[in-house]
Amino acid sequence: MPDLALADVLAALLALSLNAYVLLGGADFGGGVWVMLATGPRRARQREVIAHAIGPIWEANHVWLILAVVLAFTCFAPVFARIMTVLHIPVSLMLVGIVLRGSAFTFRTYDDQHDAAQHRWGRIFASASILTPLLLGVCIGAVASGSVVAPTQGGFAERFVDPWLTPFAFAVGVLTLALFAFLAAVFLTMETRDPELVEDFRRRALGAGVAVFLASGLALLLSFDDAPLMGRGLMASSWALPLHLATAVSAIVVFAALWHRRYRAARLLAGLQVSCIFWGWVVSQYPYLVPPDLTVAGAAAPEITLRITVWALALGTLVLAPSLIYLFRVLKSGPAHEE
Amino acid sequence: MSDLLAARSQMAMSLAFHIIFAVVGIGLPVLMVIAERRWQKTGDPIYLELAKRWAKGTAILFAVGAVSGTVLSFELGLLWPAFMEAAGPIIGMPFSLEGFAFFTEAIFLGVYLYGWNRITPRAHLWAGILVAVSGAASGVFVVIANAWMNAPTGFELVNGRIANVDPIAGMMNPMAFQQTLHMTLAALAATGFAVAGIHAFLLLFDRDNAFHRRALSIALLVSAPAALLQPVSGDLSAKAVARLQPAKFAAMEAHFRTGTRVPLLIGGWPDMDKGETAYAIRIPGGLSFLAFGDFDAEVKGLEEFPRGEWPHVPIVHTAFQIMVALGTYLVLVSLWAAWVGWRRRDVGADRRLLVALALATPMGFIAIEAGWTVTEVGRQPWIIYGVMRTADAVTPMPA
Repeated sequence: MPDLALADVLAALLALSLNAYVLLGGADFGGGVWVMLATGPRRARQREVIAHAIGPIWEANHVWLILAVVLAFTCFAPVFARIMTVLHIPVSLMLVGIVLRGSAFTFRTYDDQHDAAQHRWGRIFASASILTPLLLGVCIGAVASGSVVAPTQGGFAERFVDPWLTPFAFAVGVLTLALFAFLAAVFLTMETRDPELVEDFRRRALGAGVAVFLASGLALLLSFDDAPLMGRGLMASSWALPLHLATAVSAIVVFAALWHRRYRAARLLAGLQVSCIFWGWVVSQYPYLVPPDLTVAGAAAPEITLRITVWALALGTLVLAPSLIYLFRVLKSGPAHEE
Repeated sequence: MSDLLAARSQMAMSLAFHIIFAVVGIGLPVLMVIAERRWQKTGDPIYLELAKRWAKGTAILFAVGAVSGTVLSFELGLLWPAFMEAAGPIIGMPFSLEGFAFFTEAIFLGVYLYGWNRITPRAHLWAGILVAVSGAASGVFVVIANAWMNAPTGFELVNGRIANVDPIAGMMNPMAFQQTLHMTLAALAATGFAVAGIHAFLLLFDRDNAFHRRALSIALLVSAPAALLQPVSGDLSAKAVARLQPAKFAAMEAHFRTGTRVPLLIGGWPDMDKGETAYAIRIPGGLSFLAFGDFDAEVKGLEEFPRGEWPHVPIVHTAFQIMVALGTYLVLVSLWAAWVGWRRRDVGADRRLLVALALATPMGFIAIEAGWTVTEVGRQPWIIYGVMRTADAVTPMPA
């Protein structure tokens, strides 16, 4: 019998690294959405700001996704195996998106500053930036709806397509895309000093905020039929109410902050709002990792593996935290002269 | 194409791609650090230019490696869910540590790229050293996981299922040291010779170019010692394989019948149905000596194993021969370059040596792909040697 508390800690860390990916990687994906949707007389300048804000080095943000994957297969191997088997198709497509996006961006940065080449890489980058969050959301939606069950019988479609080809899963996909676009637009208001561009991104942030609101409403409505477990969890769990309140409050305050052009506050609160929505999902399906059968305790690896993983994480953090602080101090200091 | 073959092909393609980027990502920061150190000592701006160029290369490769590494971490589960379900609790450990090494590399690469004018030269050089060290550490951790697939330890089999796992014992598996040493040296040699080869080629047309001369000297400083040490590490690996994976060893050497005073075969085409290898040069007692250090030692042939447990002998044997042949060429070129350098003659002025170096440009990488074919194809039909067959690990999802 694995140590319950330890498995819960690791499940929380798994959720935390996904949360970090949603915030940091999500903003990068959202940037791609705004490259696609760049319009008006300042179109080229908008794209420039976005390209500057997400340098290729931030492909490193994938480390959070990798950490989540590694934690999943180390500590909850049956969960990993199940998701990768049943959701094989959307996960594979998501990977294609990640690869295209990362390589297109790198090539765009280092290729000729030639217009045709730049344009081609830009298009690939932008399309992949839309596809990937959509599919990430579809996967989350499929898991939340409890339809990711062991594929033992049935035809191809029943086993590998039906679990995720649902209105609810796609609603979650759209919600994820809207959230990422929202985050990116809010973050981008602080990436330029040009007041016209700041206004552009402010308007986009407000628009995306409305889209988030609509998409989450849609997902919630569909959840009663498609994801009863989650619908109930969202409503009933003892954590649910404070989380919903926090989400609602931060959403309203972000809007107010954007309205009054308080961008620093808006950035902080937008992150908070997205995290609240994310944890709302996590809490609603606890103690299940993959409903309706794989629980945190039931899917956990032997205790020794869990314990060593916690130690490895602690040790790693001990090395990484000061390094990261050092990096940020270096980045903030001195002239902005760089390679 | 069967589903199993499709899955294996997809994994092989991804790894073949990733391994190149990973290897250059290990080698290039070492060159970068040496160039910066020389710049700080001599003040020669060419060294600074080299350090900056190699840093840029490292950054691009890092980004591509990050992406292809993300893909691979998923593919492990997408293609081999049963393997990950069984092995995850054991080999998750090196993968977690690899994640941290990767993150450390990202952070200090950021410091390095953006810190040229912001931190002291000393701190900057140390940031570069940390990039190189954590890059090498990532490789070591991933190879440890692969070594475990070859020599699985740290668990008990209870009714055919993995139980009572011990992840630390899994990391300390008996192939870990040999494989990580071999791969790290290979990364340094392959990257170093690729860089040396390119600059040697350019020097053929522009013989007095100081930039290429300095680049060549740094690249050789890294690649030649690594190439010279590689036969020693290869010998350690081969002896471990002979002991732990006799079927793989027999396939590498195209050795079918058990015997004593077994000859070493060079070249040749193994026929799996006849159980013979045609057209090979035979060195009497050579294989017995290489495997066990004794010309009269008994070496098990493939006949000892059921036919269903043979790897594909022609592929493994040929890939092994290619790796050894290319490695030998690199050793000879290293010795030649060392001789020229030792005679206090300018390495960049010896045209014949430059031609030999230019020819060596892709050889390290081809040798790596071949060596990796040996270790992966040679392990078949097992995904975890002696524990789980590849066919039982593949996803039920049809291709």
